[in-house]
Amino acid sequence: MVKPIATTRSATGVPTGRLAVWWVIASEIVIFGGLLASYVMHRLGHPEWATYAAHTNPWAGGLNTLVLLTSSLTAVLAHNAAERGNGKRAANLLMLTCVGALTFLVVKSFEWYHEISEGFTITANGFWSFYYCAAGLHGIHVIAGAIIMLFVAADARKNKELQRVELIGIYWHFVDLVWIFLFPLLYIAK
Amino acid sequence: MLEHYMKQGSSYASHIDGLVWMIFLMVGFWFLFAEGMFFWLLWRYRKKPGEKAAYFDEHAEHKIKYNWVEIPHRLILVCDVALIVGAISVWTEVKISMPQTDETVRITAQQWAWTFQHAGPDGELDTMDDITTVDELHVQLGKTYKFELASKDVIHSFSVPLFRLKQDAIPGRVITGWFKPTLAGEFDVQCTEICGIGHGIMPAKLHVDTPEEYAAWLANPSHYLAYHY
Amino acid sequence: MAESHAHAHEPHGHAHHEPEGWFKHYFWSTDHKMIAKQYLLTGMLMGVVGAYFAYVFRMQLAFPGKPVPGYGMVTGADYNALITNHGAVMIFWVAMPVLIAAFGNYLIPLMIGADDMVFPRLNRLSYQIFLVSAIILGASFFVQGGAFGGAWTSYPPLSAKAEYNLTPLGPSLWLIAVALEFVAFLLGGINFVTTAMNARAPGMKAFDIPMAVWMIVIASIMFMASVGPLVAGAVMLLFDQLIGTGFFDPDRGGDPVLWQHLFWFFGHPEVYVVLLPAMGFVAEIITVFSRKKLFAYKTVLYTSIGTGVLSFFVWAHHQFIAGIDPRMANVFSVTTVLISIPIAEMCFVYIATLYGGSITFSVPMLWALAFIGEFLVGGVTGIFLGASGADIYFHDTYFVVAHFHYTFFPIAIIGTFAGITYWFPKMYGRHMNELANKVHFWITTVAFNGIFIPLFILGASGDHRRIFDYSNFPELATPEMQAMRVFATISLLVLLAAQPIFLVNFFYSMFKGKQAGANPWNANTLEWQCPSPPPHGNFDVLPDVYRGPYEYSSPDRADDFWPQNSPS
Repeated sequence: MVKPIATTRSATGVPTGRLAVWWVIASEIVIFGGLLASYVMHRLGHPEWATYAAHTNPWAGGLNTLVLLTSSLTAVLAHNAAERGNGKRAANLLMLTCVGALTFLVVKSFEWYHEISEGFTITANGFWSFYYCAAGLHGIHVIAGAIIMLFVAADARKNKELQRVELIGIYWHFVDLVWIFLFPLLYIAK
Repeated sequence: MLEHYMKQGSSYASHIDGLVWMIFLMVGFWFLFAEGMFFWLLWRYRKKPGEKAAYFDEHAEHKIKYNWVEIPHRLILVCDVALIVGAISVWTEVKISMPQTDETVRITAQQWAWTFQHAGPDGELDTMDDITTVDELHVQLGKTYKFELASKDVIHSFSVPLFRLKQDAIPGRVITGWFKPTLAGEFDVQCTEICGIGHGIMPAKLHVDTPEEYAAWLANPSHYLAYHY
Repeated sequence: MAESHAHAHEPHGHAHHEPEGWFKHYFWSTDHKMIAKQYLLTGMLMGVVGAYFAYVFRMQLAFPGKPVPGYGMVTGADYNALITNHGAVMIFWVAMPVLIAAFGNYLIPLMIGADDMVFPRLNRLSYQIFLVSAIILGASFFVQGGAFGGAWTSYPPLSAKAEYNLTPLGPSLWLIAVALEFVAFLLGGINFVTTAMNARAPGMKAFDIPMAVWMIVIASIMFMASVGPLVAGAVMLLFDQLIGTGFFDPDRGGDPVLWQHLFWFFGHPEVYVVLLPAMGFVAEIITVFSRKKLFAYKTVLYTSIGTGVLSFFVWAHHQFIAGIDPRMANVFSVTTVLISIPIAEMCFVYIATLYGGSITFSVPMLWALAFIGEFLVGGVTGIFLGASGADIYFHDTYFVVAHFHYTFFPIAIIGTFAGITYWFPKMYGRHMNELANKVHFWITTVAFNGIFIPLFILGASGDHRRIFDYSNFPELATPEMQAMRVFATISLLVLLAAQPIFLVNFFYSMFKGKQAGANPWNANTLEWQCPSPPPHGNFDVLPDVYRGPYEYSSPDRADDFWPQNSPS
């Protein structure tokens, strides 16, 4: 499909793709914000949830935080490479970011497997319902982001659509940021 | 004004109706003003041969705007303040304040019926002589009642148009309120929150009894079918 | 400036396209005009469905217990499913797709002088997701147990547990349909906002943008900002329904009122989301047909934005007696009464546009004026509900129903007819039959009032909502009240009988209407400065803009209009 001329215009000075990504992120912030606000309201009304939260694994959570932060770093480095026109390097760094995503998901799988086998399922009580819902929604965004990243990397390797490296990077930082909120709220809060 | 459509049967019904009347007068004025201007302008500025439309620059616009938009706008603000004061005072009386009450009645909503637990002859709820009825609420004219409203399943809503009273019943909570009946007779109790396929078939009957009627009802032995403690 | 440089290097707007097959042209198109028409036709079809539901339940109300022609006997369960889906269909599958997606898609690229939306394939995907959502909603009627009947507000625990709603599958399908509709509009919003912000013609500054475009953009932003928490809530409710979580179950530590907050935090801004585009169309029409500049453009813009922002702070007026802290009710009553101020200002400014005008009562103008006249009723009756003390009586009565139909009907129906009759010549290159349109207008408008004025009285007399038969309530089962219910139903029948006039006119004129030129209304905005209908790519040469959209009857000109793209 030939891109319309409209796509190449920029009355605001900000490239269209970047505007669109910020729009997506704004919508996602409201979605996660609503979910987390509901969780916080419930948590404040249910002090006994602290005893349930004690069964989460802060070490796994902490490790995953490190993993995501590192993957955000590789995403930034990928953007740098793309800016300098080095599509191959950008693609490799994006692949590293995907490895980070995969690591995150593997650690989470172990976590959840353990928790479920202890009887802490999504229907166990309100805390665990929110725990799986919020972390699960986040996980879906990690998976979706990683998949899109693979496509962007494939193009970037051929030095095509290099501007998208920055865009998927912005999205990835957002996914990271959501986790930075989830981690203390779900794992650490007393 | 509302009393033309529904009788007033509680101590605060006339206050709510007074608020409604105040709102009616204020919005009625602005409504007629706006619609009047609207239709007059349509008639006056209909297309006529030889007459060209006006063109207002920023200065001319500003002048018209001040007289016909800003000033009405500020007057509306004044009306709004009056309305808010009225609304808050009525709301506070009905929903926030809790006067000295003579008796408490427990109202339980469920799919699809109302259970009313009356205090019985001793005037105390949760004693052996409590009277529990289904779909029938008996109160005495002139006494002030506190109600405790609960639901067994979904959200229902206890509504007595005669009293101008309405309160949603939320499962998992007991919500309190009050009323003082001022008109004797038999009246409708409605459920005003959709609660399933039987939402339309859970009317209840409110009996506002005179003291004699109430005493007769209390004395009816058929009530004492279930004991409460 | 970036814009003028871009212009110097832009190729011709009419890009080279291979001839498209029938499938690609009608079903797989990425052209914003075709996608707009897909949304329009789907929305119109869903409008017929929603109207059918209204027909059935109003017949039940007028003649309780009698089988309804074209449906049969209406049980309590049927009634609940009909009113639930009437509301949901009209808001999510008629008002939003027609006002925002259809007209937004059609108009935005044209009005800003672009050749398409900036993300055409995403645009196509948005429609496809929307279509799937409509199909899933339709499917909910054919599953075991029947369609969801817990009102469009879907309050749990009723909506969460099949043991309460007795419809094991309907509620989940309904919820998934609504959630997908939200996704479709979130994606659509990306296109509307990014295109309007970035793809404007060189020279089109912020205050040169036509109000219709601004309004759709503001509406899209408001939608995005408000729907998030409800998306989260929908996931939570779906989990409660399907896997037995207890987010909203008080027996499991959940809170049913949380859903209400999540719902209305979206639900209130949503009504302004659909209001603003309709007001945008009215602005375009009243300027053209009074040959007058839009009065106080900036005020219109700022009050729209102000109303939009304020609308996020009023939501709990839907919950005054819902068990929220009664002191909170006072706060929300204050914000709700105050929101009447920017809205009143908007109405006054629109009316002021007529001052000094030279008004022609064309069909689009009749609809636009009807919008203003009728919406005022809706607006003022809202005050009775926003004042918390009065709402105790009016909540969940037919007074509320009449109030929101006096806002929604102007928005969704009058606004749609205004937009269609105005832009039809552009969309199809032909005129609709004017006489038929005028007959349709008068019957529809008069009948509409005949339906809903009785409902104000019935509500004040105690008629509560969502009741399929009032004979159980002696205070309400009086002959006088029943006569009003019958009158309202007969008015609805008259209203419905007039609609085929429009539909036949619409489809016939598409093929056989009198040919229309590029600018039959002598309007200024850019969509009228290209052929009717516009070709692929819209403009032979993408326009530059030299002035605002409402330079009508300018003293410096012989003509009483001055297109935005005329150099002089």
